[in-house]
Amino acid sequence: MNGRAASKDPAVLQWALTLAALAFLAVFVVLPLINIFGQAFEKGWQTYVAALTDPDALSAIRLTLLATGTAVACNLAFGIAAAWAIAKFQFRGKNILITLIDLPFAVSPVIAGLIYVLIFGAQGWMGEWLDAHDIHIIFAVPGIVLATTFVTFPFVARELIPLMQSQGTEEEEAALSLGAGGWQVLWRVTIPNIKWSLLYGVVLCTARAMGEFGAVSVVSGHIRGLTNTMPLQVEVLYNEYNFTAAFAVASLLALLALASLTAKTLLEFQMRRAAAEQAVEGNPEA
Amino acid sequence: MKGNWFHQRSILPGFWPSLGVSMLYLSLVVLVPLSAIFLKSATVSWADFWAAISSPAALASYKLSFGASFGAALVNALFGFLVAWVLARYHFPGKRFVDALIDLPFALPTAVAGIALTSLYSENGWIGRRLVPLGIHVAFTPLGVLVALVFIGLPFVVRSVQPVLEDADLELEDAAASLGANRWQTFIKVIFPAVRPALLTGFAMAFARALGEYGSVVFISGNMPLRTQITPVLIVSRLMQFDYAGAAALAVVMLVASFALLLLINIAGSYSRRYMEAR
Repeated sequence: MNGRAASKDPAVLQWALTLAALAFLAVFVVLPLINIFGQAFEKGWQTYVAALTDPDALSAIRLTLLATGTAVACNLAFGIAAAWAIAKFQFRGKNILITLIDLPFAVSPVIAGLIYVLIFGAQGWMGEWLDAHDIHIIFAVPGIVLATTFVTFPFVARELIPLMQSQGTEEEEAALSLGAGGWQVLWRVTIPNIKWSLLYGVVLCTARAMGEFGAVSVVSGHIRGLTNTMPLQVEVLYNEYNFTAAFAVASLLALLALASLTAKTLLEFQMRRAAAEQAVEGNPEA
Repeated sequence: MKGNWFHQRSILPGFWPSLGVSMLYLSLVVLVPLSAIFLKSATVSWADFWAAISSPAALASYKLSFGASFGAALVNALFGFLVAWVLARYHFPGKRFVDALIDLPFALPTAVAGIALTSLYSENGWIGRRLVPLGIHVAFTPLGVLVALVFIGLPFVVRSVQPVLEDADLELEDAAASLGANRWQTFIKVIFPAVRPALLTGFAMAFARALGEYGSVVFISGNMPLRTQITPVLIVSRLMQFDYAGAAALAVVMLVASFALLLLINIAGSYSRRYMEAR
């Protein structure tokens, strides 16, 4: 033995395995990504810009922002409330509640759309009533917002619950005993302690909400300029064989995905640092 | 501190409001709408329900959905393990960048992945151009479905195996070597058993995700009934024909399958936690 640890693989093996892994990633991840931009710019900048400034594309961007903003805001408020109840109190059935919160992840996006069609659609439970009162949910904006909210439902809550459980209730109790009110405790003690995980959940939630396709596709009706989100606009353009325009809109979504990956990586770094700091505070001798 | 049968008393405020808001929101957005699937299916007779879920188109779609999802999860288990191993154990330039890139399939909208893969593997695409002359057709065949599902399932195995490999005790491996085991024996007898629960969890998660996937598959599969139509696409086509009960019946089959998988994942998860704690 030449003194190296036995748990180290020979250099040749290291090289071979690394190359195999990188080749797999190159074919399955990098090539599709490059292909999006390659196709988008195939006919030059001017066509690219024209595709993105088309009124239908702009209206799709607006609708995506609206649906994403609403879904993220609702799920953020829910996530904080649920994490507060679950992490700071002891009650029966807590594990069932945690499982139910994760439920939307186990449901196919198509089914997520279907459930709202069954309730609000023309033949649905509330269809006649909604029609009589001239309220449109399916094939309209509210359905899109609902479907987006459903598929992104667990993201914030599932980031916050384990973190807040590990943090315990001591700091909140100390603040209360010093005379702080309930909201003050939340804003001044709890939120600062969970801010990175909160942002992390919001980033994941936003990325998924912007890109949701299956659920939104079922409830949208694909009305151009009215109920098309960006991913649906990509589909419509693609099915019309307008590939360059489809890839132009797709490239914008890909850029947003890359931005969210960057934000996610930076936040993971921050969260590790915050956890390390907390560990040091927790036991000063370490 | 004392309380009632339901919850322990605490000096922190806001238990009832936060739990109440959470339960109300959960019920309105998730539970009540989901129950609609089962209630809708209950309105039709058992014979009609059975006919809807056992039609030739339905059976062909299950075969493709479950088969391709299983195959994709297997590919992901193999290559995901390889990628996790390389990221956890070796050093190479650009490793952090590669590590961040693993999550791209989570972040990239499925429709975008769908059209990118379709154009890549179609006859005049960058990859298809080279495969079609060899007689390998990917776009608009079951193989295309597999490719799309491999793409979207990739992060699951890597992200569940990687932390286990990073935390593994290298001294155990050195001890095995000092007792005369070669590297392969050490891998099979020491490393693999420790990683197996995480690998199974990642496999099951990739499988579950692939079963429900729609956006990335719908473009590359071509959606030919009986040949390349996955179950979620069949559900959508039933909806387009205003066959709501038929769509709901198929959805019940999918939901039962994914809930069973979720249960399996949770059991595997608690098993792997016990395994880690026992060490």
